[in-house]
Formats: sequence, C-alpha cells, structure tokens
Amino acid sequence: MIATSGSQNRGVNIAIFLVLCAGAFIAVAPLLYMASTALQGVAFVQPFPPRLLPESITFENFEQAFASRNFGRAMLNSALVAIATTVMVTTLAATTAYGFARFEFRAKKLIFAVLMVMIMIPGVVLLIPQFILAKNLGLLNSLPGLVLVYSAGPLAFNTFLLRGFFENLPRELEESAIIDGANPFTIFWRIMLPLAAPAISTVAVFSFLGAWDEYLLALNFLTDESLRTLPIAIANFRGQHSSNWGLVFAGSLTAVIPTILLFVFFQRYFIQGITTGSVRG
Amino acid sequence: MISNSIQQPRAATSSAPQQRTADRAKPYYRPYVPYLFIIPGLALYLLWSVYPLVYQLYISFFDWRIIPGQTSTFVGLANYQAVFADRTFWMAMSNTAVYAIVTVAGQMIIGLTLALLVNRVTIAKRLFRTIYYLPVVTSWVVVSFLFIYLFSPGDGGLINYVLVKLGVIAEPVSWLANSNTAWIAIYSLGIWKGMGWAMVIFLAALQGIPTELYEAAAIDGATEWQRIRYMTIPLIRRTIFFVLIALMIGGFQVFISVLLITGGGPLHRTEVALTHMFDEAFGDLHFGYGAALSYILAVVIVLVSLAQARLFGRGDQNLEY
Repeated sequence: MIATSGSQNRGVNIAIFLVLCAGAFIAVAPLLYMASTALQGVAFVQPFPPRLLPESITFENFEQAFASRNFGRAMLNSALVAIATTVMVTTLAATTAYGFARFEFRAKKLIFAVLMVMIMIPGVVLLIPQFILAKNLGLLNSLPGLVLVYSAGPLAFNTFLLRGFFENLPRELEESAIIDGANPFTIFWRIMLPLAAPAISTVAVFSFLGAWDEYLLALNFLTDESLRTLPIAIANFRGQHSSNWGLVFAGSLTAVIPTILLFVFFQRYFIQGITTGSVRG
Repeated sequence: MISNSIQQPRAATSSAPQQRTADRAKPYYRPYVPYLFIIPGLALYLLWSVYPLVYQLYISFFDWRIIPGQTSTFVGLANYQAVFADRTFWMAMSNTAVYAIVTVAGQMIIGLTLALLVNRVTIAKRLFRTIYYLPVVTSWVVVSFLFIYLFSPGDGGLINYVLVKLGVIAEPVSWLANSNTAWIAIYSLGIWKGMGWAMVIFLAALQGIPTELYEAAAIDGATEWQRIRYMTIPLIRRTIFFVLIALMIGGFQVFISVLLITGGGPLHRTEVALTHMFDEAFGDLHFGYGAALSYILAVVIVLVSLAQARLFGRGDQNLEY
C-alpha cells in the first residue's frame, strides 16, 4: 500500500471498488427482480426479455394479495406471534442469564453445562417430538402453542449470550445499591436491565426475525386456515402448476420489507449479535 | 447439617472453608430468589427442548402411530436398522454432505474475499456490508421461490436469459427438471444467501488487526498476496475456524430450500437428510423411522463439529499480536 506509487494505488482502489459493486449487484439483483415482478402485474408467463426494473408500475398484485381473505389475517398472525415470541425470549433469557451470572444456587454449574450441550443440538431435529408433544397437550392449531415452541428454541443460546454480558458488568453498581437497601428485583430491573439494553436488543431482533420467518413448525402445527402465518400464506399463493408469480412475490415482498427495515434500522444489534456469537439470520 | 457437624467433627472441618467463603460473600438475597429468576426460562426449555430430545429417543424405539385408536408397538432397534438399510437415506446423507462442502467452501471463499476487499476501500464500507447482508435477512421461503423463478425453464428465465446472452449455454436449460442442474440452483441459493454472513464476521476480525502490522510488512517489502497468505490468514485463524464449523452445522441442516425447490425429486435424487425425515414422518406417518433418522442426523452433526474441532483445534486461537 505504502510501497506502491500514488497513481497505481488509486488504480487498484478503483478496481477493488468496481469488484465490490459487481458483488453488491449479485447480492441485490435477485431481490430487485422479485420486486419488479411483483410490481409488473399478473405474470403467469415470464416477460421476455426479463426486466430488472418494471416497465410500468401497478399494485394489482398487492391488491389481489390483500383481497384474499387470509393474507391480511396471516400478516396479523405473524406479527402477533413474532411480538409475543420476542417478549418471551427477551424476558426469559434475561432473567435466566441474570440468575446464572449473579446468584449462587445448587447444581448451577451442572444446569449451565446441560444448556451448553443443548446449544449444539440443532432445533430442527426436534420437529417430530415437538409436534407429538403439542398434539398431546392440545396445542396444535393454537398460536400461543406456536409461541411457546418458538420461544424455547433460541433460549439456551440467548441465555449464554446475555449471561456473558451480565457477568462483565461491574459489581460496584449493585454493591452500592445493596448498601442502599435495594432488593434483588429492584437491582435487576432498575440497574442491570437498562445497562444490558444493547445486548437485549440484539436478542430481540433475532427472536423477532426467527419467528416472523419460521415455516416448518407453522406448516405442521397450524391446519386451521385462519391461524396461518405469513410464510404459509405465501407458499399457498404458489399453486402447484400455474403460479401467478406476481402474486407470490407481492406477498413475499410484503413479508420481506419489514425484515429489511428492521435490519437497516437496527443494524448495530445485528452485527453485534453475529460477531459475538453464532447467531444466524 | 448443624447436628451433623456436632456429631462428626471431621465433616465439620472439611466444610469449614466453604462456611468461611459463604460468610465473606454473604448473599444479600433470600435463598429462593435465584430460582425465581431461572425457573420460568428453564421450565419452558425443559418442556420444549430437553424433554423432546429424550422423548424422541423413546419414539424411535416404536412403530409409532399418530392416528387416535391405533397403538404403537415397541420394535427395539428396528427403526435404526431400517434407516441404515434404506438406499434413499444413504443418497440423502451423501447429498447433504456434498451440499455442506460445496456451499461452505463457496460462502467462505466469497465471504473472505469480499471482507478483504471491503476492508481495503475507504468509502461506502457500511453500505457494502449492508447490501451483502440483505440476502441473509430474507426468509428461506421467499428466496426459495425466488430461485425457482430465476431458474425458470425457457428463454424467459433470468438465469437462462443471461447465460444465453453471455454464450455460456447455447439453449435455455430446464434447470429443475434434472438433478444435476437442480443442484446448481440449490447450491447457488445456499452460497448467495450465506456469503454476507461470513463476510460480516470476517470483516469484524480483519478490522481487529492493528494497521501498524500491515505497515511494517509493507516496509519489509511483502507483496499483497504474501501479506494475506502469511499474515492476515494466520491472524484470523480462529475466526476462519469458527465460521467453518458454524457453516458446516448449518449446511447439514439444509431443508427448506430443497423442500420447496425440488421436494427431493426427481426420483429422490436431490433428497437431503431432513427432507427425507420430513417425508417419512409427516408424509407417510412413519414417526418412529423419522425419529431414528433425526437422532442419527443429530449425532452426525455433533460428530462433524467435534471432528473439525480436533482437526483444526490446535489452532483454536487467533494469533497474538
């Protein structure tokens, strides 16, 4: 960098910049193509030549999507499930993590070790027993039932993440509060939780996204049409033989835009989560 | 405990140091308080993760009947024997392994290259990072449909159109009708969706390397390639290892893309472990078989991660600077 002359350096930098632009194009082109197809109107056959930007914009696919009775409902269901899951995961992971970080109790190390081993087991291999358990408990076809399963899955990892965060907070903070006579709940709620807000936000964005996008459990747990979530509704737009791709992608775009906005606005927390642990979006 | 220590002086002496520590760090909370914090979370986790893991082992020993009125019969290891005797299982497992290897290699090479390049530019760093990450936050269901559409047969499919224009292929290809070409679509989706994730982690690791090191190497006359090969790569060894394991674990769980793009067809040729499990359990209601298969897959995933940890484990640290 230093050894090369100035003009050569600039040439290299421009080349790198162009390569990165080409990469960025590959990353977004499929998404642009999806948006363009959704905005182009009914598309049972693909227009030739394909267009990355629509010739004219029409919202008829979106109108059709929302006119179908269950789509708006599916969106509402997804929003409810995702919000409830986020509240459950953040609350339970924060309290459990704080318990492990700041208190002493019997078998603490053993319980934590079990949680750490469980992190290695991928959730999707538990699909069968979770389904049978939900069936036996009468929790199939129930959104609260789905929220319970969604909340349990990421709990071990998020507890691990937040425990590390709580452990690194200085002890002096709570010591002075103890001298002032504060009880453990006040200390947790008034002092520790606000300090952990960035880490908890990280947990929250990933929990929300996970529940909003989840497909398999929803597919098997919910048979009642009025309970279906967004990914199921989108899959239903794709008929087996003749799909109106414009409609499929109008539904898809409706589901994807909130997640992209979430990512763009809360990027800090995403990057923090990705780089501190094995969270995958 | 008190009466115990009076009767048995030896026990009392052995517990004395503990007693002293307890006195020094005298808890300011009542003994039940920790449980109020941990029990709600642990109870939920126990019911929906730990118990299912044990319950699944139980199910795997039965010819499990889900339909009310039918009784499940204990069959011992018959489900496991059936899995190992099943040709589709072996095909699915080898497909899964190849998928993992191809997509992990692709994601790591592209992710690392992009990270090295983004680390070099001075403008639009964050913008590039944001754009490369967009496919990662897009749901698997949506991108699977999107790739079916991109790889549409006929000259209207975007991939066909571009490749014909570039002269790579002479005629439009029916990508998803044939397993070899269907894999290309499935692999590209896996790589395209995951490269941004690898890139973000690599970039964070690269940004942690002090710039003085590069300056020293440049003064010593090291070429760009030498610097990457002998300095950067060893410095971020631990990160590379972490990304490798995380992506491998993810690769073995490939599921929704295959389920929606080919459904494992034609003739099970694109079957992967989880689509096979899903078909057997939720399609044919062979829950015992599916449970056995899930267990085997879980063991394989854990073994692959442990094997990698052993193979590369000695370098389980980024080099110190």
